[in-house]
Amino acid sequence: MPVVCSGCEGRPAVLKRPKTGHSLCRACFFWAFEEEVHQTVLSARLFRPGERVGIGASGGKDSTVLAHVMKVLNERYSYGLELVLLSVDEGITGYRDDSLETVRRNQQQYSLPLEVVSYQQLYGWTMDDIVRQVGWKNNCTFCGVFRRQALDRGAMMLKVDKICTGHNADDVAETVLMNVLRGDIARLRRCTAIMTGGGGEEGVGDGGVIPRCKPLKYAYEKEIVLYAYFNKLDYFSTECIYSPNAYRGHARAFLKDLEAVRPSSIVDVIHSGENLCVGVGVRMPVQGNCTRCGYISSQKLCKACVLLEGLNRGLPKLGIGKHQRLHDKILAQEPLSEKEERKLRAVDF
Amino acid sequence: GYRANMAAPIDLHLEFGGGAELLFGGVKDHQVQLPNQAEPWDIRQLLVWIKRNLLKERPELFIQGDTVRPGILVLINDADWELMGELDYQLQDKDNLVFISTLHGG
Repeated sequence: MPVVCSGCEGRPAVLKRPKTGHSLCRACFFWAFEEEVHQTVLSARLFRPGERVGIGASGGKDSTVLAHVMKVLNERYSYGLELVLLSVDEGITGYRDDSLETVRRNQQQYSLPLEVVSYQQLYGWTMDDIVRQVGWKNNCTFCGVFRRQALDRGAMMLKVDKICTGHNADDVAETVLMNVLRGDIARLRRCTAIMTGGGGEEGVGDGGVIPRCKPLKYAYEKEIVLYAYFNKLDYFSTECIYSPNAYRGHARAFLKDLEAVRPSSIVDVIHSGENLCVGVGVRMPVQGNCTRCGYISSQKLCKACVLLEGLNRGLPKLGIGKHQRLHDKILAQEPLSEKEERKLRAVDF
Repeated sequence: GYRANMAAPIDLHLEFGGGAELLFGGVKDHQVQLPNQAEPWDIRQLLVWIKRNLLKERPELFIQGDTVRPGILVLINDADWELMGELDYQLQDKDNLVFISTLHGG
């Protein structure tokens, strides 16, 4: 016997919401999902009328749903935003080229302009090249760092005022867990922020980044998938071929097991992350600019510059682990000792 | 008569998506028939049957214990299986089941 929707008390329910335990029909679910994103946008004051907003679009489930919901809400509530799609091509054969096809289809479907920036054009290295040099461990570090900058570069090319990404509640909760597990107190403080790079965090000069926000921050992954499914949204869904050893996989598996026992775990972990206080006397990094490229950085050289230097000098471990001293040497164009080079060259496959 | 209904084989349409299809030879849609048995078929038994007869590789990515791996959504006739009793749901002839993996980048 079908369960009746607790929203309209008429139609049969099609899902049970992990967040609330309510059973909703298709129409009530769409409404609830969209309304919650709208409330998130309003209460966090994510946008201002007239802004040009770049939607980070990978062709995956989150960014496809994000693009759809942003278009719906922009029209329904007259946000007054100019929406554009922004895509990053990391150069992963068989993965990214397929998902970019999906983005191009989304572009047609939503009639939005699209800009694609590639690692090849920005850095001279594709992820395929990088994995060939670096191996299958730590490759995600390169990709994450490069993509963050790539999005900013693409946003500058498209002259957007703000970027929004499809990070969902599960993603944010996983990141909180990862940062706890790795003792990364600086990231732990920043990672639950719904908007970064905007007011309150600057003090940086021209390396200042374009603000970016996460409208889907409180949306459960399960609901995103079902929203896409019931709306018949077209998305690309495969694991990146280079990701099997990614550390995030452990946090994800753990979180999924927690969710199975207690569905509210996901927002609860985010809540814990948001309310953590750093103890007095804990040394926190200070934000400045990269002395080489000007990008935002808490070190003399930003991570992307360090990683690139490592790649270009055949020292793939440069930037993986802590080598502060060596950054100064690189900046000063001093040669590294044989011992130092050996440390940085070793790669485990 | 009554005895024949209890023992009739069941035709099901199974759909695998969100990347789960890769565990099934890349094939998304499967028309299957579950053989006669005295007891009604439930999802718990279906999963065992799927593991034995359809899964091509890496069963641990689809099944964990006696249920689906956390992160795999199950829909029965386009409704969340959590509304239908999950593993205890008794399958009916011509039911449509969808298994969607959420475990990938977005």
